[in-house]
Amino acid sequence: MATKGTVKGIIANLVIVGVTDPVSQNEICYISDGDTRLMAEVIKIIGKDVYVQVFESTRGLKVGADVEFAEHMLEVALGPGLLSRNLDGLQNDLDKMEGVFLKRGEYTFPLDKEKLWDFKPIAQAGDIMTAGDWLGEVDENFQPHKIMIPFKMTGKYTIKSIIGAGKYTINETIAVVTDEENNDIPLTMVQYWPVKKAVMAYKDKPRPFKLLETGVRVIDTANPIVEGGTGFIPGAFGTGKTVLQHAISKQAEADIVIMAACGERANEVVEIFTEFPHLVDSHTGRKLMERTIIIANTSNMPVAAREASVYTAMTIAEYYRSMGLKVLLMADSTSRWAQALREQSNRLEELPGPDAFPMDLSAIISNFYGRAGYVILNNNNTGSITFIGTVSPAGGNLKEPVTENTKKVARCFYALEQERADKKRYPAVNPIDSYSKYLEYPEFVEYISKRISADWIDNVDELKTRMQRGKEISEQINILGDDGVPLDYHITFWKSELIDFVMLQQDAFDDIDSVTPVDRQKDILDRVIALCRTEFKFANFNEVMDYFKKMINIMKQMNYSVYQSEEYHSYDKQLDMLVKERKIA
Amino acid sequence: MATKAFQKIYTQITKITKATCSLKAKGVGYDELATVNGKLAQVVKIIGEDITLQVFSGTEGIPTNAEVVFLGKAPTLKVSGQLAGRFFNAFGEPIDGGPVPEGKEVEIGGPSVNPVRREQPSELIATGIAGIDLNNTLVSGQKIPFFADPDQPYNVVMANVALRAKTDKIILGGMGLANDDYLYFKNVFSNAGALDRIVSFVNTAENPPVERLLIPDMALTAAEYFAVEKNEKVLVLLTDMSSYADALSIVSNRMDQIPSKDSMPGSLYSDLAKIYEKAVQFPTGGSITIIAVTTLSGGDITHAVPDNTGYITEGQLYLRRDSDVGKVVIDPFRSLSRLKQLVIGKKTREDHPQVMNAAVRLYADAANAKTKQENGFDLTHYDERTLAFAKDYSRQILAIDVNIDTTEMLDKTWDLLSTHFRPEEVNIKNSLVEKYWKE
Repeated sequence: MATKGTVKGIIANLVIVGVTDPVSQNEICYISDGDTRLMAEVIKIIGKDVYVQVFESTRGLKVGADVEFAEHMLEVALGPGLLSRNLDGLQNDLDKMEGVFLKRGEYTFPLDKEKLWDFKPIAQAGDIMTAGDWLGEVDENFQPHKIMIPFKMTGKYTIKSIIGAGKYTINETIAVVTDEENNDIPLTMVQYWPVKKAVMAYKDKPRPFKLLETGVRVIDTANPIVEGGTGFIPGAFGTGKTVLQHAISKQAEADIVIMAACGERANEVVEIFTEFPHLVDSHTGRKLMERTIIIANTSNMPVAAREASVYTAMTIAEYYRSMGLKVLLMADSTSRWAQALREQSNRLEELPGPDAFPMDLSAIISNFYGRAGYVILNNNNTGSITFIGTVSPAGGNLKEPVTENTKKVARCFYALEQERADKKRYPAVNPIDSYSKYLEYPEFVEYISKRISADWIDNVDELKTRMQRGKEISEQINILGDDGVPLDYHITFWKSELIDFVMLQQDAFDDIDSVTPVDRQKDILDRVIALCRTEFKFANFNEVMDYFKKMINIMKQMNYSVYQSEEYHSYDKQLDMLVKERKIA
Repeated sequence: MATKAFQKIYTQITKITKATCSLKAKGVGYDELATVNGKLAQVVKIIGEDITLQVFSGTEGIPTNAEVVFLGKAPTLKVSGQLAGRFFNAFGEPIDGGPVPEGKEVEIGGPSVNPVRREQPSELIATGIAGIDLNNTLVSGQKIPFFADPDQPYNVVMANVALRAKTDKIILGGMGLANDDYLYFKNVFSNAGALDRIVSFVNTAENPPVERLLIPDMALTAAEYFAVEKNEKVLVLLTDMSSYADALSIVSNRMDQIPSKDSMPGSLYSDLAKIYEKAVQFPTGGSITIIAVTTLSGGDITHAVPDNTGYITEGQLYLRRDSDVGKVVIDPFRSLSRLKQLVIGKKTREDHPQVMNAAVRLYADAANAKTKQENGFDLTHYDERTLAFAKDYSRQILAIDVNIDTTEMLDKTWDLLSTHFRPEEVNIKNSLVEKYWKE
């Protein structure tokens, strides 16, 4: 019997419920307010008083309202048909909701109960399996979607029977398994999982090492991220977080992309809704929307559901990873999630930590990032969740709790810099402060020297050293003046500008320049490094600037041209001639 | 707020603080309105039978035996075409001496639009100001604030933008507005003969500060009526959102909440987002565009109010006095319209994005040259040309008194580029340079 209770107090979305029977921490309950039922989560229990956080507005709610507890934590439904969906933070299907405005207490099931799926069995009767093992597969948007032994089922199971190939709905029994105590358990294509728990249905979680191509040069070349890696993008408003994140989500070489719009602008989500159905995934030639799931809990949607939204997204990512797929999860922004935690902690009158955030913020963030990763499944297939979160530091100051705690756990750091953004040097990723720890992984170095070339890592190192040197010189020139430094300094400085303009800056709104495949990135890197190593002769610093400006201009035009096209080669020739003008043989 | 005969009257107040009073009552809904000796109040906390009311105009003079009547509803506004041309206070009561408008009574601060029912904004709002139209193009359904110091002419610029923009309705939400500024808006609008397109909700600096918490919701409820029911293009002006945030901090302080950064409540981001996110483009053609003002103290944008606002709004506009040309300009470095990508080069000429960026980049070079000059270094020939360009650009493009159309702005910028630079110095795609470069 489910526990029942009554409302005793209301303070904004914190409601105090009186109960007599047992309830558990984080249990879900529904509060009746007239004809609507408001979903809420238990966040504190003191004696007979249960403090629940309501996922919606409590306007008009009265003391004495009935409450019914659901006997489970916040769960999501996992099954075929999640791809291309627009869901809210609690996994309601937004497209199924009626009317222009969101109605309180309207909950819509995320999957299609009527649709017939073309099921093909993988397992056979007699097989012994554990949670996460594949029973069969259906075709979801042209990707194989594995139907698994539900993650909740612990222990070993013997397949008693499995249905033959054919078309079935998600709620039909497709297999019957027998547990170790000889009980028969019928299974369907849907399973449920509590979002705040990590799915552990895999054999091993080794260090990740495979490059995840994003087409963004400042990432792939200068600060690469890997399949199953973690990264974060902190940046003040206006530094281009969202543009960069959208570029990654459009271009990354992933099987599944999950975008959690967590407490951000609704129009940004609308941009995805509008564009993704038309954009083509260059890796597969299919529409981007076919591989995408959007979790939209925009800033004007209930704050409590905002906290849940990142967990909902992560759980769906874990589900697809268990199918042996490469999942890219983007959360924009993790700061809004932390703020939701702060509001909750504040209402509970907990003693605050730094900047009024809860004391356990650090643990919450590191647990969450820990759920990403590259895994080896029980059947030796591999899958990965690459997680990139944005951080919106208050006042653009990176010494604040969310940025600092994220920096401890994320392996790639893409520091967006106000100064670069002001100069319109996009993407405004600071080339010196940003890093990728994966460049230091021997596994990655070995992989990349096979996939791209043996001198790649050395060239990237040289690029970074030259950027650093360029910055030092520019500071010296600012102090001493153009005349106050030797001519060599000007040449070194302008070589770093060449790297910046040609390699690091990229036009996210140009059809060609916005995506650079890794082969082409190698080509640009080789050219730029070769030019940096070339010695040129100049009479004075004005000549240096004029000359490199011309060089930058030609190479930018190359970046705007179709690779290896006639136009591209004509710029190549111009570049050759320009180099010959001043090259010291 | 006349009491009706059958309503229960409570007369035993148990606790009074500066902004709240408490009493025992039954059957009260959360957020419900009440009157305390005729003063409007709202339920902010219910624990069993203990009800805490926030009294909007403050609790001065409230006795322990004050008459409390619950109104059984959250704050509402009666919406109809009769709102047009009228001036109201924070409670939606007329302050222009006219009759109380009739209409459908709706609760203010209503639900959010389902994001999948929104349309992507795509319609340019022309203001004639090149610092906006060229560099920071506005789009209907956008929300954008001016970040301004209190001494800057933001209300003047905003009134200009409102009158030049082709919209069906302009809704003014004035919070802590100086009485003189209120009269300024009233005069400008009536002189322009635009009064019938305008609805105003005004809380002046003389009114109790907590009342102004109702202003944005009142203004946006009226906006939603015109945008949803009448499919009109509505422009909402909110000035000044910093005063709104101050009122939030007063209330949270009196409710004993733990303050976060700059004494603001921890929920500041969500509170502001709830307002700004009402900006929307509906598929049926109606839209709500919000232009707001956030005043800064000493230009500090890291303060919690401008900082949170910047993360919510789709860009921000900065005013700056350019001492070289003696004019107020829209600062091209820090100003940004995030939605401009949806219209520039699409609804405007193809060269718009590249011309815009090139000019701003060169303007940045001029700023560097100026620093060099101030530090006493010799300038190169290039530096001198950028400085000359910057002056022309500031005077002819960035100044807020410019009023020309976008194509003219582009032509003028090409003129300036061609006058001061060589084609290879501007970093623009060759195909565009060939087409538009002025010999």
